Amino acid sequence: MSQGNVKMLSGNEACALAAIAAGARFFAGYPITPSSEIAEMLSFLLPKNGGRFIQMEDEIASMGAIIGASLCGVKSLTATSGPGFSLKQENIVYAAMAEVPCVIINVMRGGPSTGLPTQPAQSDLQQARWGRHGDHPIIVLAPATVRGAFDLTVRAFNLAETYRIPVILLLDEVVGHMREKVELPAPGALEVIDRETPNVSPEEYLPYRHSETDLNPMPAFGDGYRYHVTGLAHDETGFPTNNIKEIDLQYRRLNRKVDRYIDEICQVRRLETEDANIGIVTFGSTARTSRHVVKAARREGLKVGLLQPVTVWPFPDEDVRAFGQQVSHIVVPEMNLGQMAREIERVAGCHAEIHRLNRVDGEPITPKEILDKIREVA
Amino acid sequence: MLTDYTRYLRLKKFPHIWCSGCGHGIVLKAVLRAIDRVGLENDDIVMVSGIGCSSRTPGYVDFNTLHTTHGRAIAFATGVKMAKPEMNVIVVTGDGDATAIGGNHLIHAARRNIDLTVVVFNNYIYGMTGGQGSPTTPRGMKASTLPYGNIEQPFDVCHLAAAAGASYVARSTVYHARLLDKCVEHGIRKKGFSLIEAMTPCPTSYGRRNRLGDGAKMLQQLKDLSVKVDEASKKPANELAGKIVIGTLKDEDIPEYVEEYDRLIMAAAQGRTS
Repeated sequence: MSQGNVKMLSGNEACALAAIAAGARFFAGYPITPSSEIAEMLSFLLPKNGGRFIQMEDEIASMGAIIGASLCGVKSLTATSGPGFSLKQENIVYAAMAEVPCVIINVMRGGPSTGLPTQPAQSDLQQARWGRHGDHPIIVLAPATVRGAFDLTVRAFNLAETYRIPVILLLDEVVGHMREKVELPAPGALEVIDRETPNVSPEEYLPYRHSETDLNPMPAFGDGYRYHVTGLAHDETGFPTNNIKEIDLQYRRLNRKVDRYIDEICQVRRLETEDANIGIVTFGSTARTSRHVVKAARREGLKVGLLQPVTVWPFPDEDVRAFGQQVSHIVVPEMNLGQMAREIERVAGCHAEIHRLNRVDGEPITPKEILDKIREVA
Repeated sequence: MLTDYTRYLRLKKFPHIWCSGCGHGIVLKAVLRAIDRVGLENDDIVMVSGIGCSSRTPGYVDFNTLHTTHGRAIAFATGVKMAKPEMNVIVVTGDGDATAIGGNHLIHAARRNIDLTVVVFNNYIYGMTGGQGSPTTPRGMKASTLPYGNIEQPFDVCHLAAAAGASYVARSTVYHARLLDKCVEHGIRKKGFSLIEAMTPCPTSYGRRNRLGDGAKMLQQLKDLSVKVDEASKKPANELAGKIVIGTLKDEDIPEYVEEYDRLIMAAAQGRTS
């Protein structure tokens, strides 16, 4: 146990501290509730750590700037909320297509459009996966606690650097603004992954090679590897191509690089699932609420277990399917109108009865509401 | 001395996509002459572009090249410059890319006075998408989306950049190619935000619809319409209507953003917040 690294933090502050710990040295953002504390804290911390912060003219520019910085070898992030997240999508998919590592934090607030700027929701779950055009991979992580926000921010950078991919951290406003005492890991105890750089000469280097691993090292601009980066369909060299065979190979590799590493990427958390016959599957702050529900239900003699997708995209199909085969009922509490329930119905709907429990009024779901639902289906 | 263009070009990528009579190749050569004169190494240049005919330029040059999304070149370039201030960051963009979809990024980068050199290829038209009107299409002129003629007031790109805070602003045409490379050279050397507007003909989409003739005739028009900035300063405004004022329009020393940021880093490291 490390001493003296106990802090009272909000989830947003934990994200900012974790970004520094993960080695991020560039942030570009635009003010939006309820994520602004991340920008505010990094505007203070980054220059102290030799990094740079910029408040851009809009959300789109912020996303573009972090891609530019990342191409120079500097780990970069931005933070936003639903409406700003929508604006960033164009350049997020550019990062996916050009395979540029970066981290996007979305602190979810209520409602479509301007909605409920200061109240929580979990309603960007599907936007995080499908908000962009074209077939492309994405990794999305959802913390449930302040410590989780810290750990998953570090993990988001590690995944981004490993797979050359944009990684989205999906906090709900409850996690972003909740303050709690957390013990942060000692800096030396953190696993921090930096992108692999080429070990071949610039003449031999292919930034988008059909490699055996489907992954490729990435030099920084200025390191002597003068390669071309584009959002156009490109070949192994990175230059635009109209060769249909090459286009097909590239698009399939792009998507396969996440599919084939799904076991390394997907994380779920379980509580009392071994003998459960009623399951709860949910993410973010609702998963935290559900932990109390599991304990309360157990005290009533109900065999309830919780499966929490920590990696929400790619969706942990196999874990949820196996859980569905084990239990008779799955209750899915979420602060949206069934965005995760849709995935659970897809993979486990033929094995267990799926019960939706939704709130979209800007209030968190209470333990009692979930417990009542469990009693109802038991 | 003659410039050895081949050391800057990715010759395997030729022929380029530009139509016959298009002026973009002349702009490219002017940019390369400027780079040559400043003496930059290929590795030390990041060339960033958006979307459009002019934004295909980076594909042909042997630098670190970044072809981004429509209008966003300056935003990406801002991240590049902040991450690696020692790089020379040159943005190549068109009139639609820079002043319509990317207009917000243009004015804010100029306001910050971040050390970028932005070359705007202005051909009054969206060439790549088939000749739609742009924010610089002059009044009365036709485009594929302006079949009745343009009723909008066009942007003066240079005035826009100068008013927004750029430290160096100049305009030339592809007829005045030597002046163009001098402007770009000055822009690269200038510490701060530089914008060079390069007037370039699009005979295929703009000239044809407006019966302006082929590339050679459009070059002649650029020559005839141009007025050097010192001559223009002696003329009344009504005599300059429809003219192209060429030369250096603004050259001021203004604190540069990344240098200012480095001062901030020094202060923050010493625990000072002001």
